[in-house]
Amino acid sequence: MKHEIFEKNVILLAIGILLTISIGGLVQIVPLYTMEQTIEKVDGIRPYSPLELAGRNIYIREGCYNCHSQMVRPFRDEAERYGHYSLAAESMYDHPFQWGSKRTGPDLARVGGKYSNDWHVAHLIDPRSVVPESIMPPYAFLAKRELSFDDAADHMKTLRIVGVPYSDEQIATAKEDLRIQGMGEAGGDVEAFLARYPKAKIGSFDGDAKKTTEMDALVAYLQMLGTLVDFTNVDPETLYR
Amino acid sequence: MNQATALGTNPGAVAYNEEIVKKFVVAATFWGVIGFIAGVFIAFQLAYPVLNLGLEWTTFGRLRPVHTSAVIFAFGGNIMLGTSFYVVQRTCRVPLFGGPMLANIVFWGYQLVIVLAALGYVLGITQGKEYAEPEWYVDIILTIVWVLYLVAFAGTLIIRKESHIYVANWFYLAFILTVAVLHIGNGLAVPVSLTGAKSYTVASGVQDAMTQWWYGHNAVGFFLTAGFLGLMYYFVPKQAERPVYSYRLSIVHFWTLIFLYIWAGPHHLHYTALPDWAQTLGMTFSIMLWMPSWGGMINGIMTLSGAWDKLRTDPVLRFLVAAIAFYGMSTFEGPAMSIKAVNSLSHYTDWTVGHVHSGALGWVAFVSFGALYFLVPRLWNRQRLYSLRMVTWHFWIATLGIVLYITSMWISGIMQGLMWRAYDSLGFLQYSFIESVEAMHPYYVIRGSGGVLFLIGALIMVYNFIKTIKGEIRSEPAYEQAPHAASAS
Repeated sequence: MKHEIFEKNVILLAIGILLTISIGGLVQIVPLYTMEQTIEKVDGIRPYSPLELAGRNIYIREGCYNCHSQMVRPFRDEAERYGHYSLAAESMYDHPFQWGSKRTGPDLARVGGKYSNDWHVAHLIDPRSVVPESIMPPYAFLAKRELSFDDAADHMKTLRIVGVPYSDEQIATAKEDLRIQGMGEAGGDVEAFLARYPKAKIGSFDGDAKKTTEMDALVAYLQMLGTLVDFTNVDPETLYR
Repeated sequence: MNQATALGTNPGAVAYNEEIVKKFVVAATFWGVIGFIAGVFIAFQLAYPVLNLGLEWTTFGRLRPVHTSAVIFAFGGNIMLGTSFYVVQRTCRVPLFGGPMLANIVFWGYQLVIVLAALGYVLGITQGKEYAEPEWYVDIILTIVWVLYLVAFAGTLIIRKESHIYVANWFYLAFILTVAVLHIGNGLAVPVSLTGAKSYTVASGVQDAMTQWWYGHNAVGFFLTAGFLGLMYYFVPKQAERPVYSYRLSIVHFWTLIFLYIWAGPHHLHYTALPDWAQTLGMTFSIMLWMPSWGGMINGIMTLSGAWDKLRTDPVLRFLVAAIAFYGMSTFEGPAMSIKAVNSLSHYTDWTVGHVHSGALGWVAFVSFGALYFLVPRLWNRQRLYSLRMVTWHFWIATLGIVLYITSMWISGIMQGLMWRAYDSLGFLQYSFIESVEAMHPYYVIRGSGGVLFLIGALIMVYNFIKTIKGEIRSEPAYEQAPHAASAS
């Protein structure tokens, strides 16, 4: 029995373990970076606007992923309930990904545009006021708290380090873009903003134009989820070519 | 064994560091209770949302990581660190490498990580990755503590006075090394500023998903399986007073288990945007994983060969053996659920939650309770536990709790999956999502009740430990040692 060599030498045993456990991870993870067809080529995908990014950070902070997935599977019932199945491209700028693993509540990958801003605000303040059977926690405090995201540009610079293609212009206008998206015309040049972040939803999401709250940010994020790709122009068969 | 001598006597007179093991035992018991309370609380939040209390710090979203981290890393982690330090000293017949100082740094460093992580979750500081929620600064502290832990453990192996490294230590070493690799690989992130908590993960989207479940599934595979198999390989033979069933089987299932487990992550990502080739690999290896898992189960259970009668008279051994049985059950259920067709129904539902808990409560917690019951009287040099009858009470109350938990989650999970895909006769989706939420209510109440029973069992254990440490012995009818001894009064 030659297994003795491992049983008598700690270093050999440790090396043996490390080699044995390395193979699976390398085979499964490395090709995802090297194979081009891993992420589909589709139009419309862009980095998050500063307000959406702030909303996404609140989504993460509150642990929404514990109950909501953001990954529609390619089944008939999910297509009817949620929409087109999710593409890898749609989360390519998500650091971290928020696909989730549990649907205590419904999938949110394509919740953008499905409900009005007013509905989202009422629902987040008191879920049972609009869905009596809901078991979701209330998030009324979001509406009261002013958004603090003065370091938006730092966040975007950090994201650029890990691969999100924010332009110098986008980073320079981060604070302005935050204002514009939360207040509309009163905040600045809407057209220029939309050129930087196509399809972004603009306006006071919580109905109070005077200040931008955490509620504004979260609703701005929810309202853009799954809306970037125009699936009327996408043929799944051609995605991988 | 001479009943008159205390259980902890050490005839070899090697000055083992048992103080450190005591600390880990106390910490594990404490965090276990905290984790179980957190679990019961969030379980009832799902049944009665008013329990979210309308406060930002007490929502399900913030407390669920408190529960998972408390039970896995605080309870399970302290069990792992404590038992590995106990086992490695005795199987190497040397005191712990690095002395009490190094061991104490590992202990207090690890508790610091737990407290910092939990505080962060409640305050909304999270990386947003399941079972890897701590932010970058906690990750760095944990990395340092973990390396020191490896130094203490592997150092002890190196200075050992036994010629062979005992099988339990292979598993502990694989656990320590692999968890280090996983933690670093999945934790890679760039902080926004060195004075702030927020960071962004290096990986994104599909690559981040794969990395996360490479980590997540192997937190199960190496933290909750390989590590606890190490525990099993020491404490089951000890408590049963029988040698390990098969040496050859332990070699075969050790290497195959650690090789195959790493590949199983993608079964958490079936039918997602992860490429099909990766999903298929994940499914295939998950099914193969059934074999080495049952290799461990067979080796553990068959260690009782010739000692089966002890199950009637030794409630501590009953915990250990029931744990192995639960391990066998959940490692059969897991491969079944990794089959894509099954997973299309089970994924995103409570079935997964039930599966996790059959492993976590049945295997991890039960085998830990067995080890704790073994350790407490020995570490504190007591003749025996305060009460063996109370161990039996703990066993049956906790088992009933697990049964309620698993069965309610099977029913609710399968019901959810079926409701989501149900069509009516006109070809429309039969149920709105909220109807599936409403239908879960009774099962969430049952699940919470199961959790309460499990918690009560743990509190009985705590009471038993306090009395044992105080040196008291409960006057109670003794368990008959063997049928022929029945006449002894």
